[in-house]
Amino acid sequence: MGSGTSTQHHFAFQNAERAFKAAALIQRWYRRYVARLEMRRRCTWSIFQSIEYAGQQDQVKLHDFFSYLMDHFIPSSHNDRDFLTRIFTEDRFSQDSEMEKCSDYESIEVPDSYTGPRLSFPLLPDHATALVEAFRLKQQLHARYVLNLLYETKKHLVQLPNINRVSTCYSEEITVCGDLHGQLDDLIFIFYKNGLPSPERSYVFNGDFVDRGKDSVEILMILFAFMLVYPKEFHLNRGNHEDHMVNLRYGFTKEVMNKYKVHGKEILRTLQDVFCWLPLATLIDEKVLILHGGVSDITDLELLDKIERSKIVSTMRCKTRQKSEKQMEEKRKANQKSSAQGPIPWFLPESRSLPSSPLRLGSYKAQKTSRSSSIPCSGSLDGRELSRQVRSSVELELERCRQQAGLLVTGEKEEPFRSASEADSEAGELRKPTQEEWRQVVDILWSDPMAQEGCKANTIRGGGCYFGPDVTQQLLQKYNLQFVIRSHECKPEGYEFCHNRKVLTIFSASNYYEVGSNRGAYVKLGPALTPHIVQYQANKVTHTLTMRQRISRVEESALRALREKLFAHSSDLLSEFKKHDADKVGLITLSDWAAAVESVLHLGLPWQMLRPQLVNSSADNMLEYKSWLKNLAKEQLSRENIQSSLLETLYRNRSNLETIFRIIDSDHSGFISLDEFRQTWKLFSSHMNIDITDDCICDLARSIDFNKDGHIDINEFLEAFRLVEKSCPEGDASECPQATNAKDSGCSSPGAH
Amino acid sequence: MADEKDREEIIVAEFHKKIKEAFEVFDHESNNTVDVREIGTIIRSLGCCPTEGELHDLIAEVEEEEPTGYIRFEKFLPVMTEILLERKYRPIPEDVLLRAFEVLDSAKRGFLTKDELIKYMTEEGEPFSQEEMEEMLSAAIDPESNSINYKDYITMMVIDEN
Repeated sequence: MGSGTSTQHHFAFQNAERAFKAAALIQRWYRRYVARLEMRRRCTWSIFQSIEYAGQQDQVKLHDFFSYLMDHFIPSSHNDRDFLTRIFTEDRFSQDSEMEKCSDYESIEVPDSYTGPRLSFPLLPDHATALVEAFRLKQQLHARYVLNLLYETKKHLVQLPNINRVSTCYSEEITVCGDLHGQLDDLIFIFYKNGLPSPERSYVFNGDFVDRGKDSVEILMILFAFMLVYPKEFHLNRGNHEDHMVNLRYGFTKEVMNKYKVHGKEILRTLQDVFCWLPLATLIDEKVLILHGGVSDITDLELLDKIERSKIVSTMRCKTRQKSEKQMEEKRKANQKSSAQGPIPWFLPESRSLPSSPLRLGSYKAQKTSRSSSIPCSGSLDGRELSRQVRSSVELELERCRQQAGLLVTGEKEEPFRSASEADSEAGELRKPTQEEWRQVVDILWSDPMAQEGCKANTIRGGGCYFGPDVTQQLLQKYNLQFVIRSHECKPEGYEFCHNRKVLTIFSASNYYEVGSNRGAYVKLGPALTPHIVQYQANKVTHTLTMRQRISRVEESALRALREKLFAHSSDLLSEFKKHDADKVGLITLSDWAAAVESVLHLGLPWQMLRPQLVNSSADNMLEYKSWLKNLAKEQLSRENIQSSLLETLYRNRSNLETIFRIIDSDHSGFISLDEFRQTWKLFSSHMNIDITDDCICDLARSIDFNKDGHIDINEFLEAFRLVEKSCPEGDASECPQATNAKDSGCSSPGAH
Repeated sequence: MADEKDREEIIVAEFHKKIKEAFEVFDHESNNTVDVREIGTIIRSLGCCPTEGELHDLIAEVEEEEPTGYIRFEKFLPVMTEILLERKYRPIPEDVLLRAFEVLDSAKRGFLTKDELIKYMTEEGEPFSQEEMEEMLSAAIDPESNSINYKDYITMMVIDEN
C-alpha cells in the first residue's frame, strides 16, 4: 500500500508538472500571438495617419499654387482670364450681400407632403430634442428650416466674443467633446450616455463637426439648435474643418449638394459666413483653455480676443492687408505702363502677397529650422529676401508650367488679370486680416503637440506648428491657466494626455479611419476641474468582433489605401528600383525594396514589417520588381484602354483633382463642360508635370462624356476612374451617393474596395 | 573565411534594420527610447517567443542601472541582435502546441470546456490576467458548446498568422 500511494503521488506529481508545463507553453504561444497583433495594429495606425496628413499637405500646396497663380499669372487670352476668374469667383463672396441672402429662406415653401421636423423661432428645448430624434430616424430637415436656423445662428454668433468665457458656477458639470467629423452616431451616443444639454449640463464642442462622415449637416443642425436654446451653457469652437475651402476636399460640400439639390449653394454660402463667426476658443473658470488645434510660441490670447475673427474666412488662403494704398496705387500704374510697352515681366519686383500657407513652398527646408519669431521659415531672413527665395523656387516651377501649358505672356490688348482682382481687393482692403492676426488663428486651429521642447513648423499638416512642453508651460504661466484641452488628432483610445498632463487631446469620432480603428471619448470637468474621461465605440459591429477580427478589418482597409498609393507612384518606384539594380538583373533585395519605397513615398512607415502584406512572391530574399509593379497595376486598373501612366497620375492626385473640379464647378451644379474640362486639365497637367497632348485630352474628355451632351458629370468622371472616395459605410452601397448615379460601377465592383 | 565573415556582416546589418524598424514603431517621442512595457511586444514581433520569466530577465539586461521606465535603443540593439543570431526563443511549432492542449485534455475528448480553459490559463503556468483571459475566450470559445475545439482553434490562428 505504501508503495502504491507513493506511485500514485508520483504520477499525480508528474501529471501536475506536465499540466503546468503545457499551460505555460500555451500561454507563451498566445502572448506572442497577441504581441504580433498589437504590432500590426500600430502599423495600420501609422498607415492611416501618414496618408491622412500627406493629404492635408497636398491641399495646402494646391491652394498655394492657385494663390500664386492668381497673384502673378497673366493670361494671354480673354478666355483664359475668364476661366481663371471663374475659378476664384466662389472665393469672392462679398460680406455685405450675405445678410440679404440669408433672409431669403422665408420665400421657400415647405410642401404639405414634408414629414420631417418643422422649426419655429425662437427655438424651444423641445425643438432641439425633436431634431435629435428626427435625425436618429434618418429624416432630413427641409432647406427652409436649415437656412432659417443658420440665419438665427449667425445672429447669435455675432454677439459672442472670440474667446468664450464660461463659469462652472452656473452648471454643475461641463462636458467637452472633440472632433465629430460628420459621425452622427457618435453624437447621439454621447447625448444618450451623458445626457442631453440642459441648464445643469454644459457642453463644449471643440471643432471639426463636419467633413469625412456622412451626416455633417445633421450634426451642425443639432449643435446650432442647442446653442440657440441654451446660449449660456452650450458652446462651440471653430475647428480647421469649419472652412469652406477644406470642405471642398473633405466631403462636406459634396454632402450638402447631394442632400439639398435645389438650395445647396445657398446653404453653403450661408455656412461660409457662419463658420467664420464661430468663436475661436473657450475658457473655463479662467483656468482651462479649450481650443481645436493647439498653441504656438507666439500665441497671444489678448490679441486673439481683439481681432475681428470673421475676417478670417478660410485658413487655407489668405489675402492679407497690404502695406499702404499708395504703394498699391503705384504698383498698378507700373503694371499698366509696362503692359502698354510689351511683354509683362513674369517676375515682378514686389510680390503683392506671399503665398498663403504658414510654410513657404520650400517646406522640406523649413522642417529643420525652429520657429522663434513670427516669420515662419527662418528668423534671420528679412521679408524681401524671404519673398525672393519663395518666388524664385515657385517661379521656376511655374515657368515650366507656363511653357508646357502653352500660355504665353505676350503683348497684351486686354488689361492684366490682376487689376480686376486688385480693384476688388482695394475696396475690401480693410476687411482683410493682417499677417499676424491670420497666423495667430492658424496656429490655434492647426497645431499639434510634440514631445520635444521648442516650436517648429508643422510640415506634416502644412499649417500651424508643433509645440513642445516648454511652449505649453510658458502659455499656462503667462495666463495663469491649469491645462489645455484640444482635439484635432485621432487617438486610438479617444484621448491622450501629454506635456505632463497639461495638454489633453480629446477626439470624439470613434472608428474614424475604419470600423474598429479607435474609440471615441469625451471629458467631464467637475467642480475642481479635474478631468474625467468617458470612452466609447459607437458601432454595434465592433462589439461582436474579436480583437483579431477588428484589427484584420482595419488592417485590410489600410493596406488597400497603401497599395493604391504605391500604384500611383509606379513610375517613380520603377526608376528608384532600377537604381538598386546596377547589374540590370531585374532583382533587388527586400531591404532595398523597403528603402526605395520610402524614398519615393516619404510616409515614414515600417516597410520591412509591412512587406509580407505587400509583397507576395519573393524567392530567397530577392524581388522581381517589374512583375511586382505589374501585379499592383492589375489590381488597380479598371479599363485597359486608358494609358496606365495617366491613370497612375490621376490616382496620385485624385483628391486634388476632385477639389479642383469642385472649384471649377463654381455653381456646384455637378457638371462641367468639355471645354472647362480641357482647360482644367491643361492647367493641372502642367502643374503636375504630365506630358500629354491636346488630342489625348480631347479623346479623354470625349470618352468620359457618356451621354455625349457636352457635359461631364463630376461623379461619373471620378467613378469611371475608380476615384470615388470611400464615403459610404462599409457594405452599405445603397447609402453611397454615387451608387444612385452609376449602380454598376459603384462601390461593389471587384478589385476596387 | 572572408566570405563567411561578409555574409555574417550582411545578416547582422539586416537584423539591425529590422530591429530598428520594430523599435521605432513604439518610439513615440522619436528620441530612441521606448516604454519598458512595450519591450515584450517588440521582441515577440521580431519572431521570438520567450516566456514571461525570460522576458523579465531580458528587460533586466537592457534596463538602465537605475530603471527609468524607458529602454534606450543603444542598449537594446546589441542584446536583440544576439538573440536573433543565436536563434533564441524560437516560436512553438504547431504539433507541439497541439500536444500541450492534449495534455490538458486528459479525457482525450478533442475539446476543453470553457471553465477548464479558464482554470488552466489563470491558475497554472504563467497565469493570464483577466483581460488576457477574456480576449482568448472571445476568439476561442464556441458559444454554442461553450467549449474550445483546440485543433480547429490552432488551425485558425495559424492561418491568421500567415
